[in-house]
Amino acid sequence: MSAWYMLTIVGRDQPGIVAQISNGLFEAGYQLGETSMMRLGGNFTMMLMVSRGTNGNATGENVIDEDEINEAKIKAQLQPCLTDLDLRVHLDPIEAHLHEHITPNLRVSVYGADRPGIVARVTNILQQQDFNILDLESDVAGSDDKPIYIMHIEGVCQSSADDLEQALNRESKSEIDIKVFPIDTLIG
Amino acid sequence: MAVLPILTYPDSALKQISKEVEDINASLLSFISQLEETMRAGSGGVGIAAPQVGRIERIAIVDVSSKAKIDQHGRLVLINPEISRWDGMKVGREGCMSVPDFTGNVIRADQIELTYLDERGEQQQLEANGYEARAIQHELDHLDGLLFLDRLVSRHNDLFKRKVYK
Repeated sequence: MSAWYMLTIVGRDQPGIVAQISNGLFEAGYQLGETSMMRLGGNFTMMLMVSRGTNGNATGENVIDEDEINEAKIKAQLQPCLTDLDLRVHLDPIEAHLHEHITPNLRVSVYGADRPGIVARVTNILQQQDFNILDLESDVAGSDDKPIYIMHIEGVCQSSADDLEQALNRESKSEIDIKVFPIDTLIG
Repeated sequence: MAVLPILTYPDSALKQISKEVEDINASLLSFISQLEETMRAGSGGVGIAAPQVGRIERIAIVDVSSKAKIDQHGRLVLINPEISRWDGMKVGREGCMSVPDFTGNVIRADQIELTYLDERGEQQQLEANGYEARAIQHELDHLDGLLFLDRLVSRHNDLFKRKVYK
């Protein structure tokens, strides 16, 4: 059983960050679990589950003592690429498990003229409906003078897609377009 | 009768191209009932293909009758199946007994026409659409060594940013 840490990396986006960071971690003997990278407003953002490698690094050396995983140490180990790429790094110990994905059954699609409060309003209604959010991403599209907010949420909820869509449209009382689709996962 | 062990990726049997069934005999029919039992033993499985249990022959079973309110033909045993027509495209979420703990979006034809041999060795033809058509395409892919992982599209939004032309 691995002890997992969540490594967060942010900075100005430029080509080559993922390769350099992942190579630096591999060379230092870390293993990766699930990861996610996104560009948000032109920034590089990435979160990586990291653990102490069980087999040492590429050359077979056991580089890290598990007790010594901490933010200062990982910063020191990644220092050359962090400085070159001007990245900021944060590390938290986490309780984590692999192979326990939850399958979402509903997808909520939201878009409208951008204005403050869309996410708060929609997600508060979802919470009232006992909707458990598993995945959320949102984008600001359109132009500076006519920005559009677009958000997709996937999760688990006992309500039907139609009932949830009605609740969202009734409660949100606004000009945002909200649709709810069932996610019917085919297992073959 | 027995539930057969399901092979999971990276078992190399899942990447092989299955050979045609030449003879529908008692031992083949006995295998087909074991294959069906294996499919029904899996939670929520609506189809299975012979390579998933290590038999590299063109045999698949599909039964989407557990789903409410959809067009479907019930239990289908498909021997040497071939899709003769594809129409429309639809994104849907798929998983696979041979790829545990992962689901993803796959584009499939929305309507298909299919020829196959049934368990009596008689040539059959059917039209399937929607969820049933998706299940058939998923299982037939197994006969060509393809997994849904070979056909994944973005896990995220289906709405792609349009290139801006000035």
